[in-house]
Amino acid sequence: MGTNNMLFAVILLPFAGFLFNLLAGSFVGKKLVSLVGCGVVIISFILSAQIFMSSFLQGASTAVQSNSIRWIDVLDFNVDITLYVDHLTIVMMLVVTGVGSLIHIYSVGYMHDDKRFNRYFSYINLFTSFMLLLIMGKSLLLMFVGWEGVGLCSYLLIGFWFDDKEKGISNSLAGMKAFIVNRVGDLSFTIGLMILFTYLGEKFNVWTLDILKIKDVVATNETALNIPLLTAVCILLFGGACGKSAQIPLYVWLPDAMAGPTPVSALIHAATMVTAGVYMVARFNFIFALCPTALAVVALVGATTALFAATIGMTQFDIKKVLAYSTVSQLGYMFLACGVGAFIAAIFHLVTHAFFKACLFLGSGSVIHGTGGEQDIRHMGGLRKKMPITFITFAIATIAIAGIPPLAGFFSKDEILWKAFSSNLAVGKLVWIIGLITAFITAFYMFRLLFLTFFGDYRGHHHVHESPFTMVFALIVLATLSVIGGWVGIPDALGEKVIHTQTNKFEHFLDKSIPHEAKSGPLHKENSHEHHSSAEFILMGVSILVALSGIFLAYYLYMKKKEIPAKIASSFPELYNTIYNKYFVDEAYSSAIVQPLIASSVQTCRFDNTAVDGSVNTIAYSTGNSSKYVGVFDNNAVDAAVNGVANEVYSTGGQLRLLQSGNIKMYLSIAVVSSILIMAVLWSILEWKQVKDFLVSLGLL
Amino acid sequence: MNEFITNHLLSLIIFVPLIGATVILFIPNNQRLLIKIASLVSAAIPLLLCYPLLNEYNSASAQFQFVERANWIEYFNIEYYIGIDGLSISMVLLTAMLSFICIIASWNIEHWKVNKGIKGYFCLFLLLQTGMTGVFCALDFFLFYVFWELVLLPMYFLIGIWGGPRREYAAMKFFLYTLVGSVLMLVVMLALYFTSNKDGAFTFDLLWYKENASKILTSWGSKWVMVGFVGLFIGFAIKVPIFPFHTWLPDAHVEAPTPVSVILAGVLLKMGVYGLLRISYCVFPDAAIQFSPIMMILGAVNIIYGAMCSMAQIRGVPRLDKSTGQMTIEQDWKKLIAYSSVSHMGYCLIGMAAVTTAGITGAVFEMWNHGIITGALFLLVGVLYDRAHHRNINEFGGLWAPMPYYGGITAVMFMASLGLPGLAGFISEALCLIGGFQASDPTNYYLGISGAYFYKILTGICAIGVVLGAGYFLWSYQRIFLGSLNTKYAGISDISTRELITIVPLLIITILLGIQPTLMTDLFINSVKEFVSFIGMPWITTG
Repeated sequence: MGTNNMLFAVILLPFAGFLFNLLAGSFVGKKLVSLVGCGVVIISFILSAQIFMSSFLQGASTAVQSNSIRWIDVLDFNVDITLYVDHLTIVMMLVVTGVGSLIHIYSVGYMHDDKRFNRYFSYINLFTSFMLLLIMGKSLLLMFVGWEGVGLCSYLLIGFWFDDKEKGISNSLAGMKAFIVNRVGDLSFTIGLMILFTYLGEKFNVWTLDILKIKDVVATNETALNIPLLTAVCILLFGGACGKSAQIPLYVWLPDAMAGPTPVSALIHAATMVTAGVYMVARFNFIFALCPTALAVVALVGATTALFAATIGMTQFDIKKVLAYSTVSQLGYMFLACGVGAFIAAIFHLVTHAFFKACLFLGSGSVIHGTGGEQDIRHMGGLRKKMPITFITFAIATIAIAGIPPLAGFFSKDEILWKAFSSNLAVGKLVWIIGLITAFITAFYMFRLLFLTFFGDYRGHHHVHESPFTMVFALIVLATLSVIGGWVGIPDALGEKVIHTQTNKFEHFLDKSIPHEAKSGPLHKENSHEHHSSAEFILMGVSILVALSGIFLAYYLYMKKKEIPAKIASSFPELYNTIYNKYFVDEAYSSAIVQPLIASSVQTCRFDNTAVDGSVNTIAYSTGNSSKYVGVFDNNAVDAAVNGVANEVYSTGGQLRLLQSGNIKMYLSIAVVSSILIMAVLWSILEWKQVKDFLVSLGLL
Repeated sequence: MNEFITNHLLSLIIFVPLIGATVILFIPNNQRLLIKIASLVSAAIPLLLCYPLLNEYNSASAQFQFVERANWIEYFNIEYYIGIDGLSISMVLLTAMLSFICIIASWNIEHWKVNKGIKGYFCLFLLLQTGMTGVFCALDFFLFYVFWELVLLPMYFLIGIWGGPRREYAAMKFFLYTLVGSVLMLVVMLALYFTSNKDGAFTFDLLWYKENASKILTSWGSKWVMVGFVGLFIGFAIKVPIFPFHTWLPDAHVEAPTPVSVILAGVLLKMGVYGLLRISYCVFPDAAIQFSPIMMILGAVNIIYGAMCSMAQIRGVPRLDKSTGQMTIEQDWKKLIAYSSVSHMGYCLIGMAAVTTAGITGAVFEMWNHGIITGALFLLVGVLYDRAHHRNINEFGGLWAPMPYYGGITAVMFMASLGLPGLAGFISEALCLIGGFQASDPTNYYLGISGAYFYKILTGICAIGVVLGAGYFLWSYQRIFLGSLNTKYAGISDISTRELITIVPLLIITILLGIQPTLMTDLFINSVKEFVSFIGMPWITTG
């Protein structure tokens, strides 16, 4: 198979799976549905791996692209369907199809008893297809198709249990909220896209949405660019990322999105879709890197979100909600990295996060499955004995996210903190401190979750059992990846010291797609390596220390002195309640935006009924009335014989009328009279000679 | 015979339904099936004739094709002059297709609430088809006007006789509104006629007007050209409909039976946009340029205002019922879609305000897409109405479970209407927005804003409509289809085969054109190019 066909096959296979499962799925039985549903994604993964091996690991290691298919073609607005795979894309492809395959397999067990099994698989197949389009599309518009497409699948899957007796309405509302909040972000994204498009077109006469062409234009005209305008473009594009990747102020949909089936939370709302914003910013690194102000905005929003969501995570009791806020927080971390120009570190964290967060979500799914649908950690406890594999894998992923070496999370998180610290940007040190505090809180609330769920005594009433093999298989693989996944990105400083080679393979690989960081330019100090590495080691030690103290605090509060958390909560009731209720952000949005919008829409429609339509009715009514007087005048003034004839005509006309209310004849005569009047007025003003001549020629004048 | 068909293809497409209507008149009233079949055939023939039409249509040319020309009223130099170019071919196709679909959708006419005989209904429907097709083909202003008025009559009776409870009010309102527009159009038409001089005689030839637009400008003066433009504009704006001339539309839609709503939204609204493009813009290009910022504002108002009124249907609008004197809460699903039409036609307006290739392509494509998508939406509303006999958004719930196909199709069409990429509606809306964004006139100030930013800011405001659209569509979907099932409708039947036949073609077109929009845009791109350079907005660079 040629590379071209392979690229299209990667996207089209899951799409074929979608069609099959949607149209034929309800007739062919669950076995075939799961076989097709998982099979297409696994083959996509194998193809991606093959592309990775043949085009990137061996040979020239250059980007590959598919043939172009004509899509939109309107003179100065042309968009082709072209797939483009460079180093950044292939990393994303492997994550999406790899983690995607595991979650598809896991779903076979998790969704086994669902009545809409086939529809579930068709949706996640469609999701995989759109997600791949998002990352492989060469044009911004194609990327946007994927971007909205994954949003659609997210909507469908969050509301998957829309007809549940108790939760049906809230599930479907959650899906709707996700879609609409994302649309707000997309509005910003679209406007940014249009400004960029017209700016490059008007200034450089390059009308394109092709990402590579935009990159070329920007590169060749670097000195002539209007930086304030591009800063605005960057911030607007980032607004789109805030929607998709759940950042302040648009993060509110993600915690609610947990209403969907748990594998969906793992795949869409942790590992892949929500990272699309990070991917997009990394993809546009060449513009962002030129706009320090935009970068600062990204860094600050990311850091604030990271901290903010982590504090909420400390107080939640729903196992999936804790993980959801953790996801929001970790995504903030990734944007923090982007904002200090460390795009590669952001992608690195994206990858490791995909491993351990998918593992955590699937683990929570296993717990929910095993405890008969329980999601409240207050009713769990002691599960480590009853669900050993789930426990071990969950624990590994928890250690990974907490940032303990040598697990995956440590390397990526540490990389981000180091890059923030060593950044030249003014916000660098500030976001570093916020990042460090967040790391502490993260370690704390994750271990709190671990202790409350798996340690102590069981506080529920369900017969707990370990999950079937299809489910634990995915857990084992993901836990393994959570351990070793970070080893491709061990900092060079450490590698050179210990084994005397450059160990940060990940960074060197992505250098080819994201060169700005390597060049450092205005963003990073290029100091001597020696000085660098000693500082780097100190910081590593600091972040390990911070993580350990977070774990210790969790151990102390939830294993040793279990009465303390309640005491703390009761001694600061306002603070605790504010955080527990997620800072009342949902309520604030509802009363500040949603309710006023709906109220004003009702007012608009009432205005339409009364003022606009009312005036129309009034005009019609008064015209009708005044015509009556005209009619009276007419009757009295005109000859009686004429009147008689007219009456005769009127009454026969009345019989012919099809409509009872028929004033139509009267209206018609008004229309004719008024049109003659208008014409007469116009004529007297214009004095069209030709009109006169014409009427003269007819002998009328 | 074959030669006759090829030479008179357009005339056949226009008049076969009329012939069919005449034949049906002679079928006895009780032969219901025969009447239906006869009308189905009468509507099928134009659709089939569209195949050779498309085959022989040369999309590389911006010229008028399939031209037929003959003297009609020689004394006044009125001609039977028809032909199509890129701007009209899609509309001819749309009319043929939707009319055919609507005949099928009318098949259950005996079961409608209002059953006033089927012969008159089908006759009027076919008469309507002739009128609509004629409007899109006429190249003589007088002929155009005759077809335009011909549409009015059957539509008035279709709403007024077969409509809902307030049908008489709605029909009267529709009629008078359009009539006011017609009168204005008539005045301008006569003014044009009496100032024309084609080889020493008056003429209604639209193409002559277009070729001599500069002559008209000098003889009328720019002030009177503007008066003429505004006169035509109001006439067409009522049909589009453009705020504040839109209030006939919600009433007409709500009262009209399903197939008539489909035609109303699918074709009649397009007559307004088409009239603006074909006549107002081409006869008064100078005024069109002057008018562009106003058009832009009206487009933005249409989009936002229409969307807000749609959204209001979900919460419910208190309204005084004049007959009983009581306040009722109106939550009509059909009204929601009717107002969404107002919103969607706004996209056409911003594309037309810009007159860039992207903008006009977007506007023409949006005309087509809106016809397909909103046509399908009205059919879908009709499906539920036929079962539940009401359209109150709040009284359903969880219908997707007992009606999986219906729910699924509605979801796709809703997504298409809210502009989901990958479906047809997105492409045209994106083109309109891009078009609006390309417009830039730094030498002027509008509303105190430099023309360099004016269009961009307004386009940005229009883009908010995309968010609102998602809001009201998804929310109404949630109310009707999601949540736990309202037990009242536990036994409701899913969409029937006949209903599927009417909707599935529209569904397929929506998906297909989302993936391959060039199938449609290639038909008219060259005419659009010609049009754009003819109007020549200041921001259009030649070459």
